[in-house]
Amino acid sequence: MAQFLYECGPSNERWYMQMSMMELSSQLSIYERMYKIRKFELRVRDVHQDGKIKIPIYLGVGQESIAATISEIFSNGIPIFAQHRSHSYFISFGGDLSLLRDELLSREETWDKGAGGSASISSESIEMFGHSGFMGDQIPIAAGFSLVKKRPVLGIVGDASVEEDYVLATLGFIAKRRIPMLLICEDNNLSILTKVEVRRDWNLAIVASSFGCEAHEINDHPKSIWEIIKPWNQMGPLVINVKTTRHLWHSGSGQDEVPVKDTLNDYKLELLKFVDIKHIEDIEARIDCEVDAVWTGI
Amino acid sequence: MDRNLAEYIRDTTSDLIINKNAIVMGQCLTAVGWVAGTVPSFENHPNIIELPMADVAGGGIAVGAALDETRPVIYIVRYQGFLWYNAISIANYAAKSFELFGVPCPLIVRAIGMEGGIGPVAGNYHLSILLRMPGINVFAPMTTSEWNFAISKHFEENTHPTILGEHRSAYNIDFSLDDRLIERSEMNILALGSSRINSKFAQELLAKKGIRVNLFNLFKLAPLEWPMGLLEAIKETNNCLIVDSDYEEWGPSQTIAFKLSKLTGGNIDVLGLTRKSAGFSPASDNLTPSVSQIVDKVQNLIQYK
Repeated sequence: MAQFLYECGPSNERWYMQMSMMELSSQLSIYERMYKIRKFELRVRDVHQDGKIKIPIYLGVGQESIAATISEIFSNGIPIFAQHRSHSYFISFGGDLSLLRDELLSREETWDKGAGGSASISSESIEMFGHSGFMGDQIPIAAGFSLVKKRPVLGIVGDASVEEDYVLATLGFIAKRRIPMLLICEDNNLSILTKVEVRRDWNLAIVASSFGCEAHEINDHPKSIWEIIKPWNQMGPLVINVKTTRHLWHSGSGQDEVPVKDTLNDYKLELLKFVDIKHIEDIEARIDCEVDAVWTGI
Repeated sequence: MDRNLAEYIRDTTSDLIINKNAIVMGQCLTAVGWVAGTVPSFENHPNIIELPMADVAGGGIAVGAALDETRPVIYIVRYQGFLWYNAISIANYAAKSFELFGVPCPLIVRAIGMEGGIGPVAGNYHLSILLRMPGINVFAPMTTSEWNFAISKHFEENTHPTILGEHRSAYNIDFSLDDRLIERSEMNILALGSSRINSKFAQELLAKKGIRVNLFNLFKLAPLEWPMGLLEAIKETNNCLIVDSDYEEWGPSQTIAFKLSKLTGGNIDVLGLTRKSAGFSPASDNLTPSVSQIVDKVQNLIQYK
């Protein structure tokens, strides 16, 4: 059955009760990953605005919690099949930041001579497969890989690419074959600037559930993501539509308006209720140092 | 010839499943006929995977399976016209994966041509869809030895997808389709795909009429590899007719003609499918050039040589 939006946050009593189920170390690790993604991507934004990045870039500022939480759960790794707006997965699963920097700067000494750019990040070291550029085609490809390798896989789509017919057809296939795919839809409600309500009336969780997949729709609070994914037994597909907020343009580094929601900041404020601020500041200082070092002297 | 092509493909596939843990994927593989007898009839075998009627997704699933390059993955497209849907991930992911990401994706695609009363999509030969994409090896094997060569070449490299452009008309033939060179020939025929069968009979008919024509067969399309002696023969007679079972306009034959013209300086002409959709009725069909069409074309070209 499809399960719908979890409301988690500081104003919800359920939050405090369930936080104890998630180890504090995991919560802090997730925050660290989120902060690292944010820090790196804001540097990318700045470098892009300085004109030093000349290729199209797809930033996920505002959506960090999803990759951060999933990478904390799968700390030993999982094959990743993503598309554009996936710097977050490369970073949070432990990809080499200097390699990603070089890729964005189109330097030829990267693993693929800059061929993938921002849109098709790949990495052998973290088992992240490249993307063709056809939105959503990574989902049937991930299904085939999992089928043959008999391994769980992570497939990432957006609320637009999930509309591709071959993604929907693959939902039926992974349900029928009980393929252990964690299919995450990062639903920022925008296809470039066209909202979901303009494009369709169906809901991914309902559709995926109808195909026979376990499916949920949740917000992008780490707790919500953790609670659904952590118990997954990997004996069949798990489809999750995660409502999130994109802060910057679809492509490029601009911003139209101040975002209505910032999960990173909200999460930090929640953590500060039971973690000393010094602890958070130490994390941030360490990440600042690491990311600044990557971008210094480019 | 102890086995025809269909039997050879079936037996080789069986060996690959048993000895190399190969996966065979496609739609309706286990239906009546087992794809014209080319798939071993292993009932409920876990390595023969029936895909849903989702051609685009099915191609993607096959491509994903082939990312495990440790075992062969054979994807069967029962009619080449279905490549319009099935080719998307093959042409845009499998073909590029090794070049862009360094990840091999050695998918074997058996794309089967057919013609004659089968309609506008299932009919005809459509390899040109994939020939234009870099990163794909394309063969058009019509004999057991050619099919074996293509598969062996694929495993030798095992990094890129290989397309086997088969044709149902070749599955049951019990004669050879070798190059046949005749002394003091006036002309050359270079035949591709299923047109090789009619070209063979056309050469024989022309010989009876006293017209001496060399017949060359081309099945290594991408990378393109000329039949032995072709270039020299064209230089000698200064002409060649390319006969194809794909479309004449914007199909492989015109590109091949251009290449041959540049290499030999000879007059190169082409004969393929006309530019029209194939219907089901004989009157509306669009077929590979017939024996008489080939004979007429050769006679016409020689006359105006």
